[in-house]
Amino acid sequence: MSSAPLLQVRGVARRYAMRRGLLGRSIDVRAVDGVSLTVEHGRTLGLVGESGSGKSTTGRLALGLEPPDDGDVMFKGAPIPPAGTLAWRQLRARMQMIYQDPLGALDRRLSILEQVREPYDVHGLGEAGERDAMATALLQAVGLRADQGSRYPHELSGGQRQRAVIARALATKPDLLVCDEPVSALDVSIQAQVVNLLVDLQQELGLGLLFISHDLKVIRQVSHRVAVMYLGRIVEEGDADLLLASPAHPYTEALVSASPVPGRRARPRIVLQGDPPNPAARPSGCAFHPRCHAARERCKVESPRLLPLPDGRLTACHVAHDQANFLKAAS
Amino acid sequence: MTGLTSRETSPLVAIRDLAVSFDGVKVLHGIDLAIHRGEAVGLVGESGCGKSVTWLAALGLLPKKATISGSVMLDGGELIGAAPATLDSVRGGRIAMIFQDPASALNPVIKLGRQVGEALALHGGLSGKAIRAEAKRLFDLVGIPDAARRLDAFPHELSGGQNQRVMIAMALAGKPDILVADEPTTALDATIQAQILELLTRIRRETNMALVLISHDLGVISETCDRVCVMYAGRIIETAASEALFAQPLHPYTQGLLAALPPLEGVRRRLVPVEGNVPEPWNLPPGCSFAPRCPRRVEACAMRVPLLAPKTADRRAACIMTPSLAQPQHRPEPVYA
Amino acid sequence: MLRFLLVRLFRAALTVALVVTFAFVVLRMSGDPALIIMSVDAPPEAIAAFRKAWGLDDPIWLQYLRYFSAIGQGELGQSMRDGRPAMQLVLERIPATLALTLPALALKLGIGIPAGIYAALHRDSLMDRIVMVTAVAGFTVPSFVLGLVLVLVFSVQLGWLPSGGQESWRHAILPVLTLGIGGAAVLARFTRSAMLEVLGQSYIRTASAKGVPWPRVVRGHALPNAAVPTVTVVGFMVGSLIAGAVVVESVFSWPGVGRLLVVAVANRDLAVVQCILLLVAMTMVSANLIVDLLYGVLDPRLRSGAKAGAH
Repeated sequence: MSSAPLLQVRGVARRYAMRRGLLGRSIDVRAVDGVSLTVEHGRTLGLVGESGSGKSTTGRLALGLEPPDDGDVMFKGAPIPPAGTLAWRQLRARMQMIYQDPLGALDRRLSILEQVREPYDVHGLGEAGERDAMATALLQAVGLRADQGSRYPHELSGGQRQRAVIARALATKPDLLVCDEPVSALDVSIQAQVVNLLVDLQQELGLGLLFISHDLKVIRQVSHRVAVMYLGRIVEEGDADLLLASPAHPYTEALVSASPVPGRRARPRIVLQGDPPNPAARPSGCAFHPRCHAARERCKVESPRLLPLPDGRLTACHVAHDQANFLKAAS
Repeated sequence: MTGLTSRETSPLVAIRDLAVSFDGVKVLHGIDLAIHRGEAVGLVGESGCGKSVTWLAALGLLPKKATISGSVMLDGGELIGAAPATLDSVRGGRIAMIFQDPASALNPVIKLGRQVGEALALHGGLSGKAIRAEAKRLFDLVGIPDAARRLDAFPHELSGGQNQRVMIAMALAGKPDILVADEPTTALDATIQAQILELLTRIRRETNMALVLISHDLGVISETCDRVCVMYAGRIIETAASEALFAQPLHPYTQGLLAALPPLEGVRRRLVPVEGNVPEPWNLPPGCSFAPRCPRRVEACAMRVPLLAPKTADRRAACIMTPSLAQPQHRPEPVYA
Repeated sequence: MLRFLLVRLFRAALTVALVVTFAFVVLRMSGDPALIIMSVDAPPEAIAAFRKAWGLDDPIWLQYLRYFSAIGQGELGQSMRDGRPAMQLVLERIPATLALTLPALALKLGIGIPAGIYAALHRDSLMDRIVMVTAVAGFTVPSFVLGLVLVLVFSVQLGWLPSGGQESWRHAILPVLTLGIGGAAVLARFTRSAMLEVLGQSYIRTASAKGVPWPRVVRGHALPNAAVPTVTVVGFMVGSLIAGAVVVESVFSWPGVGRLLVVAVANRDLAVVQCILLLVAMTMVSANLIVDLLYGVLDPRLRSGAKAGAH
């Protein structure tokens, strides 16, 4: 196996045209604006952000479902071929996607077993006579009973449906799973089942996961590394425990403190003022500065770069870097 | 203030044995719940547990095919089966309700100012210019920037968080005694959720209005409520002061919910999920509905439905396997959650 | 707003041009007007002269261009049959047609919309079922069948009303009923489903939850929203005021635009057919334009039109 990372996203950007009003001219909205990230074999990168942060678009870019306007995506050291080509379809067997809504991802006219079997048929895997047995084995691997394979999607609960989607994604023995809010539609008790399943599968199969979610608690549970997105850019990235235990970027800090925790909380809640900014009207300088308690003059004019701090994480914040430099000078 | 210490004063709303069925399928199996002036009560549970149905039934907002029995007393007046005119004056005037997705809960073709104004005209007896002035004051109160101009805006022109503020302003228009907030932040981003929860808490403190918060999110409930009722399959299965409940849950289901929740701090541990699925309302197991999923179940659990019985001085749980530490209480029925 | 109007107008013009072209192609390909109008056994010289007089000898594309530019100048040509201006022939018939279609439209709106609203508000009640069964019957039965049944019952059996002709207002009753019942049925179904959809929305529950009495919830919150889809159907009905009575006029021998069209098509009277089609296309297109503008009035989301789209 080569030493190249499983997935390498390098400086990808994605723009959309947006028209405001009937007379307004269309303006370019940068949904994703120069995002780089790496998913290693058998590891999980958690991608967290609020609506409009571009995290889902980043996920689609990573799979080549959308072409980047800038930058490129490498899978095992080789560029991903353009979507729709034969080479891309072959590659797609190695990288699968799981969405939030399992009912929408499943075909309601086909039984669960038929849908899990489908990738075997499409990619011509195994002997035709063995495929039902292979699919049944997969169902059991994700915790579904064999008899549940003959059911239709609407006859299963939300958690069981998501298990079926995962089974289908695993049929082609992928190396990479991109999960976009895979447990957000599930109840807490079921959410834990699916989270555990994903973690177990990763350990057994050596899957690399790009795990996209708005839920910090779930992100922390599954991730080795975490990247925080705000308005199309990564503002902080690093080891999951480090990042969430002691956030360096004020936005990460606010996000962590806003995550509701049952029982007594250790930290006071920071309530950010204002709405998440409109990608069509990006603030100057650091996009977060209008909502940031630590913002200085410099933040309004100069966009901070994503640079390493002494503890190894990357942060795009003038204030955090100034503090780190000050501490280094003082010691 | 917890529910039990305030029992001496009569409750604002007393729900007694409230049951609801749809097409013969029982979804709510007799809820007892009292809300006192100014307190914040959380109803928490997974989808289909009946937490929303309880309040929709109390306010007569369920579709006609719902069959409702039991009693909901508001200041001594019965709401179940009350005349439409009575219910109309209670809704928004005494008990206001806000819903999950503010974008679809506001009428898309009516200006926000008029939607709030409608409630002011109904319950505040205001008219003309006074309505607009009061609506602007309410918009300011709930923190809508540029309030005067927003009165003439339509819902699609505002963000989700701003629309939820409008919903709250509309709920406050009738100066209600209770605000029932049904998953008010579920459709919102984390930072906006924090804003809305803070707003609800601030308003409750300033107006001494009681808050009933319905949520699936244990964290949201824990941070906002004094008292919590945990619901499962159409019943309240545990109730206690918020701090006590989250520090030491008694009912195996509550314990399961908390163990299934990933922690945000400390050592990462493997999650302990509650095995199995929530039973369908038309296919409930005999006895305790949670028994088939319960790690502590014994044969007796399937015999009969456990009562929501006192377990310590100030908390109750519906579980025969949870030892009772409370002294026998010499208080006649009704027993409110 | 201006840009919106211009785009709409351009599309409308394009639609009209396509309709005119379509009529030209169909009519010219299906038979030789000279042979039909002069009759097959006319002397060859007469037919040749007719062809020359009407330009039928020129290449087809030239005839098409000539025709198109004539229409552009408002010159719609003469009827090949009696030589009178086609426009005049058509305009003469319009009042007769409107005498049927306008009362019929009133009937459709007056019965269809209230019936639809009532059925939605009393969903699954006996009245709802009756309304829906009637509505299904009303629009599955073709108008000529309905017309003939009405004639059988009210003219032949009961002898209350005349079965055809245009002598008095009593002659209009059966054709108006025939037109109105079918349309009312369509509208009732549409209004009912639009109302049901709206009544299930979260904002209806919000209105009830703030204490708005139910009749006012229906009037103030549900109807304005249900109006948006209903307007589409009403617009279509307004657009078919001129051409919507072809079958019914034939059944009841009512001398309106529809009858004229049937006769003109049979005779390959190109100018008259073109003229009617142009008129129909223009009423239809203007009705659509009005509907589009009404959308903006009824639904503010369509007014400001802030739409995002990927490219």
